[in-house]
Amino acid sequence: MSNEAVLHAHSGVASSHDAGGHHEHHHHETFITKYVFSQDHKMIAKQFLITGMVWAVLGGLMSVLFRLQLGYPDSTFPWLEDILGKWAKGGRITPEAYYALVTTHGTVLVFFVLTAGLSGTFANFLIPLQVGARDMASPFLNMLSYWFFFSASVVMLSSLFVETGPFSGGWTAYPPLSALHDASPGSKTGMDLWIISMALFVVSSLLGGLNYIVTILNMRTKGMSMTRLPLTIWALFFTAVLGVLSFPVLLSGFILLIFDRNFGTSFYLSDIFVNGVGALPNEGGSAILFQHLFWFLGHPEVYIILLPAMGMVSEILSVNSRKPIFGYMAMVGSLFAIAILAFLVWAHHMFVTGLNPFLGSIFVLLTLLIAVPSAIKVFNWLTTLWRGNVRFTPGMMFAIGFVSLFISGGLTGIWLGNSALDVHLHDTMFVVAHFHIVMGVASMFGMFAGIYHWYPKMFGRYLNNTLAYIHFWITMAGAYLIFWPMHYEGLAGMPRRYYSYEQWESFKNFGDLNRFISTVAMIVFAAQILFLLNFFYSIWKGRKVTNQNPWGSNTLEWTAPIRPGHGNWPGEIPEVHRWAYDYGKDGKEFIPQTTPVGADESHH
Amino acid sequence: MYLIIAVIILVFLIIFQIAKASEYVAVLKGEEQNRKQTNKVNGFLMFGFMIMGLIGVWYCNELYFKKTLLALPSASEQGEKIDSMLWVTLAITGVVFIITQIILFWFAFRYQESDKRKVYFFHESNKLELLWTVVPAIFLTVLVVIGLRNWNYITGGPPEGSNPLRVEVTGAQFKWIFRYPGKDDQFGKKYYKVIDNANNSLGLVWRDSAALNMKDDPATHDDIVMESTVYVVKDRPVKFIIGSRDVIHDVGLSQFRMKMDAVPGIPTTLWFTPKYTTTEMKKITGNPDFIYEISCDQMCGNSHYAMRGIVQVVTQEEFDVWMAKQKPAYYDAFPEKDPAKKDTAAVKGPLAVVPAKK
Repeated sequence: MSNEAVLHAHSGVASSHDAGGHHEHHHHETFITKYVFSQDHKMIAKQFLITGMVWAVLGGLMSVLFRLQLGYPDSTFPWLEDILGKWAKGGRITPEAYYALVTTHGTVLVFFVLTAGLSGTFANFLIPLQVGARDMASPFLNMLSYWFFFSASVVMLSSLFVETGPFSGGWTAYPPLSALHDASPGSKTGMDLWIISMALFVVSSLLGGLNYIVTILNMRTKGMSMTRLPLTIWALFFTAVLGVLSFPVLLSGFILLIFDRNFGTSFYLSDIFVNGVGALPNEGGSAILFQHLFWFLGHPEVYIILLPAMGMVSEILSVNSRKPIFGYMAMVGSLFAIAILAFLVWAHHMFVTGLNPFLGSIFVLLTLLIAVPSAIKVFNWLTTLWRGNVRFTPGMMFAIGFVSLFISGGLTGIWLGNSALDVHLHDTMFVVAHFHIVMGVASMFGMFAGIYHWYPKMFGRYLNNTLAYIHFWITMAGAYLIFWPMHYEGLAGMPRRYYSYEQWESFKNFGDLNRFISTVAMIVFAAQILFLLNFFYSIWKGRKVTNQNPWGSNTLEWTAPIRPGHGNWPGEIPEVHRWAYDYGKDGKEFIPQTTPVGADESHH
Repeated sequence: MYLIIAVIILVFLIIFQIAKASEYVAVLKGEEQNRKQTNKVNGFLMFGFMIMGLIGVWYCNELYFKKTLLALPSASEQGEKIDSMLWVTLAITGVVFIITQIILFWFAFRYQESDKRKVYFFHESNKLELLWTVVPAIFLTVLVVIGLRNWNYITGGPPEGSNPLRVEVTGAQFKWIFRYPGKDDQFGKKYYKVIDNANNSLGLVWRDSAALNMKDDPATHDDIVMESTVYVVKDRPVKFIIGSRDVIHDVGLSQFRMKMDAVPGIPTTLWFTPKYTTTEMKKITGNPDFIYEISCDQMCGNSHYAMRGIVQVVTQEEFDVWMAKQKPAYYDAFPEKDPAKKDTAAVKGPLAVVPAKK
């Protein structure tokens, strides 16, 4: 595409939006068009964020409930029966309920919170504002993207209330367990709803992802070349590409699963005898096929979750160190390398499925290769801090926390990616510790960093700092207290997804540790409630933002009004003259991207 | 209960009020000055967190290391290689962990905002980038080489001439079924459609069936089938041929450092050489109740957590004695054919040949 064509396309869009922007002043927007079926990317971002937060609370609460069982296997809690009914007969969670909780916790946190809530929120909010566009390429598709996510949420929520319970076969939904109605109560109606919900979710993320890609490629403002993009945008770009290329594969896997479940096909089924039912007619299918299709999304999914966090952390670290990000091109290059490699490592989740050992070796090689771009990113973040002038804003605290967690969790990935070690550690608590630190908590930290950093832009008010610091320190310490000792359980061979370890001679020695972990989990959960209070209180009652650029940041979103309307900039879209990271250059604290390059300015 | 809720709400309110108050105080005292003070506190806390964190890492190890398998010798020869690989990996990643975490929190503390410092405008250095591309790549290569050598060894199967003991392991919701080939050293044919929970849990083909186009396979007649406990021999390689009857299970042998999925329709294998008998391991662990357990390591349904099997490691002599006492599964299904029960066969015969019910 020629530059001119881009500019033309851009100016066309811009002028039509200008007209829209003027509209706003004359016509009163109704409640429905402003808050419900909104096409403003900023409102859609908030919708994604708040829906994601609702799911985070539910998903977190589920983990508290099943941690109760793991931490206090001998105790009964009568109030549990009051709220869960037959799922907690006598005040103790039943195995059915336990597995349903574990499964829903995983699904919801991975997809609804960390995919929709994290990348949905910040891709929507930041892409137009940081590339200098009035809105997304297609605000309508963008709106649909949210409403598909919303319907996925409704279906998933409804699956919690069916008589046979929600799906309970783990978030990976491996058949035959997920394909056979009689293999588990959760595989009945609960599983149908689970698949429908996930299919809707895939549609949502495809609509969103295509929009993000098109917007980034075509709607950058004048002067915003690709190499001047903030790293957040690069990260969100690769995230969208990953999603668009891998979610369809997941959907195809789900469609075959629907056929196996309901229409008698044998894609995944072969040689099965179900207790109480007898031998099934299906022959010739492969249960492993599903795992390939699943992990072809499932592994990129990890990076779909992680890359936006990395992008935001890069931006926040640089802004608050008052120093340019170190190795901008290396950061982009390593994001690119990670995005490519993300597609080539999926089978490292399948080392013990009887995979061809030669194929296994290839996946070992490619998996450990990912450690190289990851190492580059870590060292570049560290160098960004070096000789900076670090301001510990809450966003910055969470960004530093992210780096710490990414290191801790990333290093154990080197253990698990090496197939011979994986044979020993696969499906133990070691894996649970690994992915919670590197993907779960780290990305959560990226999300918190983003929320604290861009809250003033989102709502025109500040969050309360004292609460933010309390929230950070409890969450940071808690994350390590919960997941660090869990590695030791894994090194003792303790399998994951166990309802109780008491009858196992090999695994029953960790009762006190499990109690400790459960207790800390409850405290950390309580600290998140504190964050929620802060979040919602501050939307209406927080200190008002009076400074258009409160963090002294270079990127374009801070040139928009404090409370930007639909269309983002009241007049012309600003023109960009430089990259986003001129902090501390020539003795100036920061030079916004909109400042033309001076004649006496030093080159870089 | 209500009291607890009330207390929690109260605590939240108090924290919230203090936080609000501190915000007002900040505004009164001058925001800039207050911000700088908070910055100092948080910088100090960052440093404190690093120190406490490192102490915590050490203390956690003190508490729990002896409970892990690393505190014990591996129960299989293959596991020893995995253990040594684990130690190398731990050493490399451990050093990186400590160095990078210290740098991270030290930089945060050391370079906290100060009016005196002028930021160093430093955004690129090809030398540094090259350094931290190449150095990790070298260490990773070492790990890949060690890993792949072990991987090839583990997946290569027992060496020629090692006379491995072959056992078929089948997972079913929620139990383990084991089969030895018997005197002919041959596993007879099986077909899942003739499975009968009463007396043919594996679906051994020992009847003619025109409907299924099958003929009685004499190799099944001496196969020995048992549930829950499997006997293997010290210092003799054992090869598990693994399958599943329903959903995916996983044969988890943590003390042997081994694991392999049980997939319906696709047989998998796993082999290892036990080093210590169960009795010897009781002494090594100092635990009189010690037992080698098979844990199901792949989510398989609501009783996944209770799908427990036992491995008894014995000497060859003990194994032979034990094996001599075992009766082929065929005679459970056809007691009239059992040479030991010839005289009573006439009475029990008709009952045993009642067709399999679903």
